[in-house]
Formats: sequence, C-alpha cells, structure tokens
Amino acid sequence: MRTDRESDLEARPTAAELDTARRSRVLMKGNQAIAEAAVQAGCDAYFGYPITPQAELLEWMAKRMPELGRVFVQAESELGAINMALGAAATGARVMVSSSSPGISLMAEAMSYMAGSGTPMVLVNIMRAGPGLGGIGPSQSDYFQATKGHGHGDYRVPVLAPDSIGEAMELTATSFELAERYRTPVMLVADGILGQAMEPVELRFRMPERHAFDWALTGAAGRPARIIKSIDLDPEVLENRNLALQHKYREIARHEVRWEGWQLEDAEFAIVAYGTAARVARSAIAKAREKGIKVGLFRPITLWPFPERQLMRLSQRLHGILTVELSSGQMVEDVRLAVEGRCPVAFHGRMGGMVPTPDEVLGALKALRGRTERARGESHAVAPPRAEPVHAHATYEHSETTPWVHERARREGRR
Amino acid sequence: MEHSVVFAGFGGQGLLFAGQVLARAAIKDGLEAFWIPSYGPEMRGGTASCTVIVGDGPIGSPVVDRFDAAVTMNLPSLRKFAPRVAPGGLLAMNTSLLGKETGGRHDVDELHLLCTELAARGGDDKLVTIVALGALVGRLGWVTPGAVRAALREMAGRKRPEIVEADLGAFDAGLEAGAVPAAT
Amino acid sequence: MTLHTPDPAAGHASGAPARLVYHRPDVLVDRSTHYCPGCGHGIIHRLLAEVMTELDLPAHTIAVAPVGCAVFAYDYFKVDFVEAPHGRAPAVATGIRRVRPEAFVLTYQGDGDLAAIGTAEIVHAAARGERITAIFVNNGIYGMTGGQMAPTTLLGQRTTSSPSGRDAALMGYPIRITEMLAQLPGVSYAARGTIADVASIGKLKAMIKRACQVQIEGGGFALVEALSNCPVGWGMTPEQSIEHLKGPVVEAFPVGVIVDRGKSAMPAADTGCPAPAHPEA
Repeated sequence: MRTDRESDLEARPTAAELDTARRSRVLMKGNQAIAEAAVQAGCDAYFGYPITPQAELLEWMAKRMPELGRVFVQAESELGAINMALGAAATGARVMVSSSSPGISLMAEAMSYMAGSGTPMVLVNIMRAGPGLGGIGPSQSDYFQATKGHGHGDYRVPVLAPDSIGEAMELTATSFELAERYRTPVMLVADGILGQAMEPVELRFRMPERHAFDWALTGAAGRPARIIKSIDLDPEVLENRNLALQHKYREIARHEVRWEGWQLEDAEFAIVAYGTAARVARSAIAKAREKGIKVGLFRPITLWPFPERQLMRLSQRLHGILTVELSSGQMVEDVRLAVEGRCPVAFHGRMGGMVPTPDEVLGALKALRGRTERARGESHAVAPPRAEPVHAHATYEHSETTPWVHERARREGRR
Repeated sequence: MEHSVVFAGFGGQGLLFAGQVLARAAIKDGLEAFWIPSYGPEMRGGTASCTVIVGDGPIGSPVVDRFDAAVTMNLPSLRKFAPRVAPGGLLAMNTSLLGKETGGRHDVDELHLLCTELAARGGDDKLVTIVALGALVGRLGWVTPGAVRAALREMAGRKRPEIVEADLGAFDAGLEAGAVPAAT
Repeated sequence: MTLHTPDPAAGHASGAPARLVYHRPDVLVDRSTHYCPGCGHGIIHRLLAEVMTELDLPAHTIAVAPVGCAVFAYDYFKVDFVEAPHGRAPAVATGIRRVRPEAFVLTYQGDGDLAAIGTAEIVHAAARGERITAIFVNNGIYGMTGGQMAPTTLLGQRTTSSPSGRDAALMGYPIRITEMLAQLPGVSYAARGTIADVASIGKLKAMIKRACQVQIEGGGFALVEALSNCPVGWGMTPEQSIEHLKGPVVEAFPVGVIVDRGKSAMPAADTGCPAPAHPEA
C-alpha cells in the first residue's frame, strides 16, 4: 500500500509541466487581478466610487459582476459605497469595497460601525500620497490609518499587505476568509504601483468555504428578530461588548500573523519592509550581499496583527535593522515597539509618490552598518543622542542601543 | 540576470502596448516580467512612458536607479531619459522625429532608428514603437523574436486583427535595424 | 388613562371583550418606549406596525434604524434591523435591497438624519429609484441631542442652537425635502402627512400603506414624510405642541400626496424636471 506521501510525490507536476505552466501565465494588472480574485472568491456585491489609482478595480467589477448576475453599484460617494456594503454584509453577503487614500478617510466612519457591530467586509486601499488630496503617486502613508484605526473607538481590523500581484490575488481570498471567520472588516492595502503594474500570474483562484451565519439579517421568519448594531448606552454593557471585541483581537493576533523572511539565516542586518518597499529592499539586499553585507528581509504580510514576536526574536541576533517605507516612517514605530531597543533601528523613506531606489536603500544600509560598527567598537558606551534633522529623504536612527537593553536581552535569551 | 527598459514618448505612440508585448514575450520565454505605466510624478513633463523589467528570477524593485535601455520616441523623453541610461546601456532614438538630436552620452550605445520609415515598410507608418521594440530585441536579445511575434499576434489580434500583419512587419523591420553589426 | 391591550388570541374564555376593537399589533414588542411623553414617534411606530401586519410584511422585512431619537426603533419591532451611521440609512438600505431582492426594505429616519447629514444618500437612493420605503419623521428639531436647530426648523423658531430664533439671513430656510425628491423620476411615491389629529393620522396611515405597497408591487423609491411634534424640544406641553403642529408647521410643510407614479415610476425619457416654459429654438 502506498503512503499518501508517495502518491503526493507521484502527483507532483514534472519539470516540463511546471515549465509549461510558467510559460502560460497571464499578464495582469494589479487592480484587475484583485478584482478578479474577489469575483472568483465568491464576492456577491461590490460597491465603489472612482478614484485614482484604483479605478481599474471598479471598472473590472462594473463589467464582471453584472455578467455573473451579481451586484455592482457605483455609489454617490465613498460614504455611500461603504454604507451600501454595510447593508449588504449585514444580510450575510460576501462584500467588497475599494478605494484609495482620500476615499478611505471618508469610509472611516462606517469602518468603525462595522467593527463595532461585527460586520464582515473586505476593503481594498490602493494607497496614494497624502495628506489631503495629495497626489496620485504610490505611497504607504496610510499605515497608521490602516493599523491604528480609521474611525473612532477601540477597534482593530486585520490588514494584509501583498508585495506582488500574485500574492494580492491570494490575499484577496484570505481577506474574505478572515472577515467571515472573525466577523470583522478586513483591509487589503497595496500602493499605487501594485495597483497599476502588470505581472505574470497564474490564474489560480480560491473560493473560501461558505458558512451559514446565525447573525445575518434575512427576515425574522420563524425565529426571533436579529439586530446588527454597535450602540449600547449602558456603559457596563458597552464595556462588555468592548471586552468581547478585544478578546476577538487577541485571537486574531494569536492565529493570523503572517510574514516572510528572506536571506535571514546568516543575517547580521535586516531590512523590514512591506509591499513595494519590500521589493526595493530585495534588490538592495542582492546588491549588498555582493558587497559582503550579510543582510536579509523581514516582510510583514499582516500589518495588523504585526509580527512583533517574530521580529523581536530575530532582533536578538541582529546588529541593526533598517526599515524602509514609502512614508515618513510609520511602520517603523511598530518595529521599534517589537525590537524594544535590542538593536538599533534606522529608517529610510520617501514621500509624495516617490519610491526609494535600491541604491538609496543600499546607502542607508551602509550608513547603519558604519554606525553599529562604531557603536560596538565603543564597548557599549551610551552614545549621546544626536540632534538629527528629520528631512523628507533623511535616513535617521530612531533608537540607540543601551547597555540596559543588552543586559535584558541576554537574560531573556538565557531563559 | 535582470534587465530594465523604459519606453517613452507621446501618448498615442503605442508605448504602453509595446511594453506589454515585451512583458508578454518574456513570459512565453519562461522569464519573469514587470510592467509599470507612467504614473504619479512620472506623468509630468510631456512624456508618457512605461517601464518593463525582465529577469530570470523574481523581479525585485519596480524602480531602478539606471535603465539598461531607453526607447525615446520624442524630444522630451530623450532629454529626460538619456541621462538615466546605465553606462554601456542602449539608447534607442526615434530619428524620424528627433532628426539630428543626440543623447549627449558617449558611454552608451546610441541607436538611431527611422521608426516612421521602417514602420511604413511593414505596412503602417504609425507603428513606430513596435519598430523600436524590434530594434531593442534585435540588439539585446532579452527575449526571443518568436515569443514577441506570438505575443503580438495575441495582443494585436484581440483588438485590431487587421493590423497584426503590419505589426509583425514593423517588428521585423526593427529587428533587422537593431541587429548588432558583425564584428569587423 | 390606562390602555388595556389584551392578547387578541385569548378569546372570550379569558375574559377578553366580546368584540376586540383595539390591540397591539403582533409585530410590536410589548414594552414601553423610551420616547418622551407626548412624542409622535409612538403613533408613527404603531401606524407602521399596523401596515406591516396588514400587508403581511414582518417575516421578510429588513429595516434600517437611523441615528437620532428613533435609533432604538429595533427595540420595538419584531423584525430584523441594522443600525446605520448617521444619515446613511438609504445607502445601507440600498446594499440590502441589491443582495436581497425578495426582502421588504425599510428605513426610518428623522429630519436631522435624512435632511441634513444624509442628504446625499437620500437624494441618490431616490435618483437610482431604489425599491425601498423611507419613513421620514419631521419634527423640526434634533431631539436626541437636546433640541438643536434642524434643517426643517421653522423660521423664527427658538432652539438651543438658535436661541434668538431661526434667522434666514444667518441660518437659511427650512428644507422641503419631500418636494425636492418628488422631482426625481426614480421616485414612485412621495407624500406628506401628519399626526396632528385623528383624521390626519388615518390619512398618514394610508400614505404609509401606499408607500409599502409600491415597493411590494415592484415600483421605485417611496417616501412618506410624517410631520410630528417634539413637546420637550419645542418647550411646549403635548397639547400646545399639537396646536403648533396644526398651525405653523403644516403651513410651512403642506400636507398631501406630492407624487404617485406607482409602479411605472421610471419612464426613460422623463427626467422629472419640468420643461422650460420657453425653450430656446
């Protein structure tokens, strides 16, 4: 009798088959790939409003959803779109909304209501540069907004950040899964480059399993009426609702952390970056390795829950971390919280729609290495804090390693 | 290996299309590809452009410090991208429009192409950027001509089947014009 | 006065009256409301409940609660309810309608919700001709937050945020939003009634019923504006507030059916706008 493993091996595609599959991939634009992945994931209804650089997502849905007898509505505003989503999702439908940064700000209100009332929905943000109307260039400056809350109140939503179009397609299905499993809005964030670019992708889709919801509004026939709401004017009752939400968030943080490590095995330095910045980092790392710098990539895929324990453990054996973002430095705050001073954390970012180049990142990495070598040479002496100006393009260090932290890290390492 | 090229010129010269044909050809050759249109700050300054990166491994950065090749179809794009070609790289120029202009670089391979005239040879003098694509492929060989022809048939065939032959003709004319002259 | 509301199913044996002329509609929950003494919401709730019962709607109704005094409407009706952010009920109802074509979809909104913060949502739901029924309770004030000026507050009316009375020069004019919406071709039915007296209450019920029937028959958007009172917010006794309602309020907001296009709400060529009197050649 054959073991499963043996038959698995036999079922594995041959090299020739793999090569054929590779050559038959199709070129797809990020916005369209996300839209089609949502269609294939069983999205019942899409609501949107035009905004650059996500318009192709809306346009794809405008064509595809009616073809399949599903719901597409171009709303009067982002407020309209997300509240339509709220209504449709309250009936148990699988719902998606997409927009770009300024539109997401308008949606903040309903995100809070949906988090508070436990309404599942997938919201895509193809981020552009702000603040205000800003520009249409790629950006990651909505990290705070996505991970620390869009609207008011104590709530979180899972935030997924792909770094390729293929991964964006897979994470679209994952977003629906998480939304329904935890009864929560989920955000999929990508910057304008991932929305506008084309890459070869395999047309491999995933439809998350459908579940019957015991909360969905379907008409109170033969059962007590159901209510989906976030209001509770009794503080004790509302505190309990909040405690239940926090319990849910702990569960999500326990089970749903996703990240990727690359070339970390022998790394003395790590670049922490997500999305397009992670791709720039890969190129910079390849160049750095050619020059003998042992550096790897730590790429958070869930921005919330942030892979803090994984990064904390990694930081114990690193000489330094460089965080790269298309922002003034937002995720770097979570990096610092995770690292807790175990190693220096430097930052390099660009704003306004500019994207750091691999050479820029390499330069920032070399600067970090120089500083950490000097610091180690000075036998753990505490360097006086330097007053460095925070410029748009500045590479600056956020924290200095202190002997106290080394001591604690050593103790924790022993345990 | 990883190669980057920017196609730049006026909107309507078929730049985005030519870039997509190259990316699609790369897939047919079993390579990786990344295509990004002029977008955000790039859109300013009178040029439309797209960048294509092809490689035999996963494509890293979508932005590059220096392009391995630049296809410049008008004066603003020549001015903008000539300085950004890597030393030893290719600067392909649409001489039909650029006349005696040069990129002012002595460390790059400057290729002058009478794109309009070469395209006319294929049957449609508007297919200028396909000529340039042919020259790029003939010069650098990042992808096989067969893969480009197959990609052209699929992509042009879908929307404008009547110009597929002209596209193929323009590509072949460019391929010949770009071919590296035999060493003397 | 105490109202006895015996169980209609109990019959003679339990000592019920021989001929039952008044009882609580089954769809209403047997509990006292949070509304202030003399408030009109209770009457409008009841009218809606009677209509829903008569049209056999409760089992497939999905209703949308607003933000405002009626935010707790879901506590009083035995139907599925979702709470909308302030003003967004028509958008929420649109989402429900589109994925649940078989449901009876209802919004219940106040004048701050519908005619101020939610104007974009109500106008566009009406413009799309969404097959939903909106019950719009207009009492000319923000009751929930303590009696501030609403978009429908009468000129000269004192509120906590217009302490010297509403001055058109500074605060603009009251909005007759039902007339505005009635212009849109997607609107099947638009009417304004009031709870000012028994006869009006009967007419208001007929309007609500028609607005629900239009949806059942497959028409477009239906809206009933119910002029109501707010004794506490207006600083009046309930009796005074009813007199005020009958007088200046009805004067500013004329009662009647404004449009009833029925099922044929949306003739493609009808933009809903009257043609110019002297069109240019």
